[in-house]
Amino acid sequence: MSLLGYQFSPLWTDWLVYLLVFFGVAFFLYARRHEHLSRPWRQVVQRPLAMSAALVLVIYIIIGLADSFHVREQRENSANDGSQVFSSEVISLLDIALTTLRHQQETTYSAPFALHSYAKESLELPDGSIVREFPRLKYGGAHLDELSQQQTDIAAKMFRALIESLLILLVLIAVLNYFLSRQQSLGYRQQFMLLQAGETNVPWRSLLMTGFVIILVALVLVKLAPYYHVLGTDKVGQDVLYLSLKSIRTGLVIGSLTTLFVLPFALSLGIMAGYFRGRVDDFIQYLYTTLSSIPSVLLIAASVLMIDVYIQNNAEQFQTIAERADARLFFLCLILGVTGWVGLCRLLRGEALKLREIDYIQASQAFGVSHTRILSRHILPNVMHIVLITLVLDFSGLVLAEAVLSYIGVGVDPSMISWGNMINGARLEMAREPIVWWSLVAAFIFMFVLVLCANLFSDAVRDAFDPRIHGR
Amino acid sequence: MLAYITRRILYAIPILIGVNLITFTLFFVVNSPDDVARVHLGDKHVTEQAIEKWKAARGYDKPLMYNAGASGIDKIRETIFFEKSAKLFAFDFGAADDGRDIGYDIRQRMWPSLAIAIPSLIIGLLVNITVAMVLAFFRASYIDIVGVIFGVVLMSISSMFYIIGGQYLISKSLHLVPISGYDDGFNAIKFLVLPVIVGLVSGIGSGTRWYRTIFLEEINRDYVRTARAKGLLESRVLFKHILKNAMIPILTGVVVILPVLFMGSLITESFFGIPGLGSYVIDAIQAQDFAIVRAMVFLGSVLYIIGLILTDISYTLVDPRVRLS
Repeated sequence: MSLLGYQFSPLWTDWLVYLLVFFGVAFFLYARRHEHLSRPWRQVVQRPLAMSAALVLVIYIIIGLADSFHVREQRENSANDGSQVFSSEVISLLDIALTTLRHQQETTYSAPFALHSYAKESLELPDGSIVREFPRLKYGGAHLDELSQQQTDIAAKMFRALIESLLILLVLIAVLNYFLSRQQSLGYRQQFMLLQAGETNVPWRSLLMTGFVIILVALVLVKLAPYYHVLGTDKVGQDVLYLSLKSIRTGLVIGSLTTLFVLPFALSLGIMAGYFRGRVDDFIQYLYTTLSSIPSVLLIAASVLMIDVYIQNNAEQFQTIAERADARLFFLCLILGVTGWVGLCRLLRGEALKLREIDYIQASQAFGVSHTRILSRHILPNVMHIVLITLVLDFSGLVLAEAVLSYIGVGVDPSMISWGNMINGARLEMAREPIVWWSLVAAFIFMFVLVLCANLFSDAVRDAFDPRIHGR
Repeated sequence: MLAYITRRILYAIPILIGVNLITFTLFFVVNSPDDVARVHLGDKHVTEQAIEKWKAARGYDKPLMYNAGASGIDKIRETIFFEKSAKLFAFDFGAADDGRDIGYDIRQRMWPSLAIAIPSLIIGLLVNITVAMVLAFFRASYIDIVGVIFGVVLMSISSMFYIIGGQYLISKSLHLVPISGYDDGFNAIKFLVLPVIVGLVSGIGSGTRWYRTIFLEEINRDYVRTARAKGLLESRVLFKHILKNAMIPILTGVVVILPVLFMGSLITESFFGIPGLGSYVIDAIQAQDFAIVRAMVFLGSVLYIIGLILTDISYTLVDPRVRLS
């Protein structure tokens, strides 16, 4: 399949991401038609903090999805015999969007907005003499005629970004207010007063403010990033902003794909243990007590080491480095899923134990409804809220775990761009003078924003779905 | 009581056998010893003799489960399973890849791990309970809301940033304590201050949040209403009645991790260069020394199961409602 000179060639994890998106959409459609699932969601939608966090998460997800459509570029010289030859290098839509950033590679470290490299090099002057100097960066501020113009240039670009984002905000407010006033059949001015006071049902005021910050940051980056290394460059001269953006997919994949592997184990075993009790329960309990008694980091480490041995011994199965790294990411998610289903399974078992004694289940048993049908029609829909709460709460923990595991050496492949690998690389440079801080700070900010938003959002989801909290 | 404890210990045996089988499968069945040898020897084109030599030196040259070539009881005993896995039950961990005795190393390295883990646990517990009580006392006020949001913010930062930040701020900029290292006896204190502080700060968000929910759960109980109805001061209700009852879930939650404290913390120890069991594991992972990882997996499970048994026992001790059945 090829289009515009690109061949669609998804990796393993891409397919799983699509599957996950499919499940997400399916769940959304299912929840819309079922009151017990859609009512808590309407409650979440009314919380300003949760909705602002959700908006930021949506931005992350869009970037992550753009990075999950992998293509191969058509080679230049393919036209002579009519057949199309595609590059062996797999790139994503995000890579294509960030082509400028991707190609603006310096030789080594440089600080954010720097015009000169971090390390001194031997330079040959026009008169033939050689001096040790900080060389001028190839791309950072290359458009400047005078180096002293840098500050005015940056200020002008930022000012333009501010004006443009303000304009966009005004347009957004006008359009939104128009639709809201139509929907609520209120006057335009009346609706605007409500919007301004933050008294709309959906917290539009908070959403607009968050949206404004996002647009401002995005525009500033769009204006500055092609001319400067806004977050500096790393050891091999790669733009840190590019690395941070690419890491988003790795973090999201680990946080969300793991759930894909958790669900089958936890759901089937947990419900069965609680519903059938007796021997089945004993066996399943034995299974998860055994698994959970192994410290999870050690179990993950041991499994990843073994996968490593397998990958190294079967290197010929993976054509490119990207494919090998992707296989390792896939196995990492699988391992995290296999070691992580116990908590959810325990919760589901407890809930199924409770549900099986309730009248409507007893009634269907008396009617002779088959076990499979009771499990799928009556028990499963009534434990969905627990599944949802647990998965959302686990997400941020998994994103944080990726960094730690990569540091220990049992995380994603060293060639894969991830926050863990960025921290790991930057940590070794802490002792340098002057200190190389920017990779660390970049990874910190990107991770912190994602995890914080995920935590805030999952708190709201838990509050809305957990029936025990309703009583208070 | 004795019968109960005996039963709990007997129940642990099948679990340990399961753990043993899982580790055996992971380390010897998923990849054959030949594969492991090939990775260790590094080269793609290793000779058969080199692999055989590597396996013989480490005792991996025997059949996996059943030795048909041997006679009598040796059919079972002369196997990798018996030599490497079954012996773990006797805490005979064998030798690491560099020939050192793993059991000896573990006994040496558990003390530095404990030297960090115990002060971190005690100080962390005290601080977290205090903060959680303050938040519960001022519940639903601005202090509570700000505290909870601040807790979420603290929780959202990776523990690695606390360590790096602490090292940069306290050691590199202020030169108060050394960045990393370890020493014997009381000289160790100056190396332990920073890890303990970092451990405290990085745990305060989740710890406070957890204890606050426990306190809030107790606050809604009937006995609290009774105490208030008697006309007791809110502070007295909090300290005398709620604290006492909230300590049950808190302390039993602590008991379960007590034995696991021996294992140390992986990243703290490796960042601060402390020669404990956590950095032992990391070194082993990075050197792909599977013998050590296998031993630590088994040891960790044993300690965790001991923790579970202790928790059950402590429940019956502090809460008379829990019957021994």
